[in-house]
Amino acid sequence: MSQGKRVKVVLAKPGLDGHDQGAKVVARALMDAGFEVIYTGLRQTPEAIARIALEEDADVIALSSMAGSHLPACRKLKPLLEQAGLGDKLWVIGGNLPARDHDALRALGFKGIFPSSSRLEDIVNFIRTNAP
Amino acid sequence: MKPKDLPEKELRPVVNESGIEVKPLYTAADVEASGGAGMIGLPGQYPFTRGIHSMMYRKQPWTMRQYTGFGNAADTNRRFHYLIANGQTGLNVAFDLPTQCGLDSDDPLAEGEVGRVGMAVDTLRDFETAFEGVDLERITVSLTINGAAAILIAMYLAMAEKRGYDLAKLRGTAQNDILKEFVGRGTWVYPVEPSIRLVGDTIEYCAQHAPKYSPVSVCGYHMRESGADPAQEMAYAFCIAKAYADDVIRRGLPVDEFAGRLSFNFNCFGNLFEQVAKFRAGRSLWARIMREQYGAVQPGSMWMRMIAGGGGGGLTFEQPELNIVRGAYYALICALAGTQTMALCCYDEAYTIPSEYAQRISLRTMQLLIEEMGLTDTVDPLGGSYYVETLTNQMRARMEAIMTEVDAQGGIVKLIAEGAIQARVSAQAYRRQRDIDAGSLRKVGVNCYRTEDKTPEMEFHPYKEEDARARVQALERVRAERDALRVQAVLARVQADARSGANLMPAIMEAAKAYASVGEITAVLAGVFGRYREPVRF
Repeated sequence: MSQGKRVKVVLAKPGLDGHDQGAKVVARALMDAGFEVIYTGLRQTPEAIARIALEEDADVIALSSMAGSHLPACRKLKPLLEQAGLGDKLWVIGGNLPARDHDALRALGFKGIFPSSSRLEDIVNFIRTNAP
Repeated sequence: MKPKDLPEKELRPVVNESGIEVKPLYTAADVEASGGAGMIGLPGQYPFTRGIHSMMYRKQPWTMRQYTGFGNAADTNRRFHYLIANGQTGLNVAFDLPTQCGLDSDDPLAEGEVGRVGMAVDTLRDFETAFEGVDLERITVSLTINGAAAILIAMYLAMAEKRGYDLAKLRGTAQNDILKEFVGRGTWVYPVEPSIRLVGDTIEYCAQHAPKYSPVSVCGYHMRESGADPAQEMAYAFCIAKAYADDVIRRGLPVDEFAGRLSFNFNCFGNLFEQVAKFRAGRSLWARIMREQYGAVQPGSMWMRMIAGGGGGGLTFEQPELNIVRGAYYALICALAGTQTMALCCYDEAYTIPSEYAQRISLRTMQLLIEEMGLTDTVDPLGGSYYVETLTNQMRARMEAIMTEVDAQGGIVKLIAEGAIQARVSAQAYRRQRDIDAGSLRKVGVNCYRTEDKTPEMEFHPYKEEDARARVQALERVRAERDALRVQAVLARVQADARSGANLMPAIMEAAKAYASVGEITAVLAGVFGRYREPVRF
């Protein structure tokens, strides 16, 4: 990526899940690592996430999902992000993500998958290496 | 130098999570220095440090109330009967996220979430099905519901009334602690002030019509999960409980007419002794607050009645079978601390809503303490330990200092509305995670004693799209069968009462009985109250 511009991450909580401790912890870790972080707050629709990512000119779209609805949420989000021209951005997801869903998430375009108990350092390094 | 030659002052320092330094040895002098033995007293007597009842478990063990609910009301009803058949003595109902957020199963925002993490409830019909065949006098029911609590309490009371139970004698609990939802868990619906009013409405209504029902269970639990330390967990919960009590007292209800039905829900992960001291300290502090600040006279008004046994934040994804062992220690902590009810977290809880198998293990864990380990033989078995009594005094002092600080900063309602408490606990959660990542906060299986062995395969709770579609069809049927004019009329009354400031519970009860849905009633209330906008602070 071009020098001087900070990596900008839009971190979103899709769906109705209200467990945001993990999202907030990751947001702080990303900020401490020097990234710019826009945290959306709870209960974001896929439409809202795509809109915020576009408006903010995000380099990275990061989702946090704890209550099991990650696949339906990502299926709805994928075409919206693509329509918004954000298909070449880095998409990552973290939270309660069972291993058997990882292939489906990858197929939907989520390059980084960070199940609960992932180390903050690993998330930061992945984004640093892979952000467009 | 060999460890045995190490002088005491060179021992590694130990400071518990609440910030209290732990000494290698305690004597009577430490109890004295921490404030003396004056607050110990006897169980069943003020200040209730040792327990709210004189004979505690010797008379009756704690209620066993595993958190359960998934899919539709019929599925959940079957699981209720399974647990009761296995010796469970109370029910603790989990609702799906649409229900918790006041949305019907056919709301577009509910897509993909119907019945996923709990039972979906749209109308009274679902409650009728869910509790079919459950003796509501023998088995008390706790509803884990907050944003939609007034509606679900109304549905529960309406269901019980319809089945012929006398509301004057009906027992049960609703979580109904909306203030903590703004700090953690996030199933808020309306802005802060009308949300508190709704809690006040349920307390006032129950005091007058269902005096044995506990309309609120104030939760330190979720604030602890969000990053609060154990002393903050309890101090913030007490601040919140006081905010509800103040609302009800402003309406003119005397404290002794409702305070006896306030209850609490606490977390228990962490250091065993700190946890036990936390509960003992909290019991005496709450008693003192109710007696000295509120002028309560009835002992019941001073009791910190509680449910405990959950501690999701302490469980791990890694080596999940260790969570069975952690659960056993949690149960031990809660039994040593004199809890009224236990809802033990299950070993698969870090992954999924608990399986039948995992729930039975949790149930058996509690039964084992009762039947084999002697935990119900003697009241407050750790009472009088120099360490535990010192720590109890120190924890009480920490909690009081935190409560004083909250008041000095403008009070808990203001701090939550601004997002200040959220910012504080989330900063702590971040530090905690960094300490775990760095290995300075030890988590077995995570940053020490890791294993490369394959983790046993977890059974995940299935989610079927066709079940969600069936839910939508069932709701459509209820809508077609009910008296549409009556629904319109009762919803108009809900709206009028929301505007006038009258207690909303009679109108919501009418709406529930007319089979108005959770989403319909919520939409009417939100039309008057507006919806909460989250101050994103972290």
